[in-house]
Amino acid sequence: MALRAPAATTVRWSMMCLGIPALVVEIETPTTCWVDVGGARRKVNTSVLDDAAGRRVAPGDWVLVHVGFALARLDPDEARSTLDMLESMEAVYTTELDALAGSESAGG
Amino acid sequence: MRFVDEFRDSAKARALAGAIAATCPPQSHYKLMEVCGGHTHTIYRHGIERYLPANVELIHGPGCPVCVIPMGRVDDAVWLSKQEDVTLTCFGDLMRVPGRNGSLLDASAAGADVRVVYSPLDALRIAEREPGRRVVFFAIGFETTTPSSAVTILQAHQRGVRNFSVFCNHVTIIPPLRAVLDAPDVGIDGFIGPGHVSAVTGCEVYLPLAHEYHRPVVVSGFEPLDVLQSVLMLVRQLASGRCEVENQYSRAVTWTANARARAVVEEVFELRPVFEWRGLGEVPWSALRPRAKYAAHDAEAAFAVPGTRSRDPRACQCGEVLRGKLKPYQCRVFAKACTPEHPIGTCMVSAEGACAAYYNFSADRKAATSWQTA
Repeated sequence: MALRAPAATTVRWSMMCLGIPALVVEIETPTTCWVDVGGARRKVNTSVLDDAAGRRVAPGDWVLVHVGFALARLDPDEARSTLDMLESMEAVYTTELDALAGSESAGG
Repeated sequence: MRFVDEFRDSAKARALAGAIAATCPPQSHYKLMEVCGGHTHTIYRHGIERYLPANVELIHGPGCPVCVIPMGRVDDAVWLSKQEDVTLTCFGDLMRVPGRNGSLLDASAAGADVRVVYSPLDALRIAEREPGRRVVFFAIGFETTTPSSAVTILQAHQRGVRNFSVFCNHVTIIPPLRAVLDAPDVGIDGFIGPGHVSAVTGCEVYLPLAHEYHRPVVVSGFEPLDVLQSVLMLVRQLASGRCEVENQYSRAVTWTANARARAVVEEVFELRPVFEWRGLGEVPWSALRPRAKYAAHDAEAAFAVPGTRSRDPRACQCGEVLRGKLKPYQCRVFAKACTPEHPIGTCMVSAEGACAAYYNFSADRKAATSWQTA
């Protein structure tokens, strides 16, 4: 997708280092696949994507897309464990806040 | 799992903030450098600093590829855009970077054929579709972006697309961090490591920072909870006297390098003995150029590129901002002569630049709306 340069007066923010999580929906060739990014379908290059445990990318996988290339596979188990850690921390914090609120000396 | 919204929960952010504050010893003051411009953007967009205790100070680093490009390279790109039959292609961020004699946007307005592309593969496609044009791709970026240029050059080589070349400005992440740490008055205690660079290099690339310079590094994702959790991991290391490379962004980053990406980059590129960086000066072995085998697709071999050396505008203090010496608002032209509409320095051009991020979000106008509330 090539665009002509925007008019001089408009300031458009772009983020070149952005990596966008995308869901693989269809494998096209050994080096290309179609992904869904927020409802939009886009073709991306998979030639620099490492095999995970000897398995090539497949529909249902999540990948990190940067300038038209899938750079890395996103691991749902790792994401889940990060969130679990955050949730347990939130729980500890909430318990502590409750304990503080219930304490007779708090604020006194 | 959507890999985005889950990492923007404001209740979890408050819990992290509480844990960070509780971890910092009373008299401590930790200066943490977020290396990547993407993190700088997240920090301002989501108002991360409001969640941090006074013990933690965030310093913005040299990891925005638009910000570190010296003016001379922009001048060379403008020169290339004015050569006969040349179509100059680049990422959108580069259009407004000021050169000595104007930006690429100015060159375009004056009649040069300058086109914004999303991917270097789009530039190659233009070359194949328009064989009468000499298409040059103005390539910038750290390890994240280098593999895409390498694959594109390989495709051009394999298909014999002779009217395609790359003006290569790819840089590597470790040499500028060494330069920052080698400066005499460095005041950085730890690094928030760039997540997407690390998706290519792996975490192991940062071991010298931990072992030689004794600075902890936590590779971080880009959502607000990622950044806060990384700060917590760094503060825990510092408070307990540890100095390790840790991985907060384990859903995308592994310990070792992406082998396919590394192989294609090594096939196509070699290190330059020296490269000039804005704010850091000449840094040895810090940038890449195409190997002689691919000279047909190297714009610096295919054209007599002048190799311009231009000093940065005197009023501009991007150099100090990039080394973490000045906060954006401490620059003498910030928000006065230098604004996103009329940037003087690179840090005000890209959305990942510290000055632009600070300018856009410092009033906390938008920060409050970006969180998910349960």
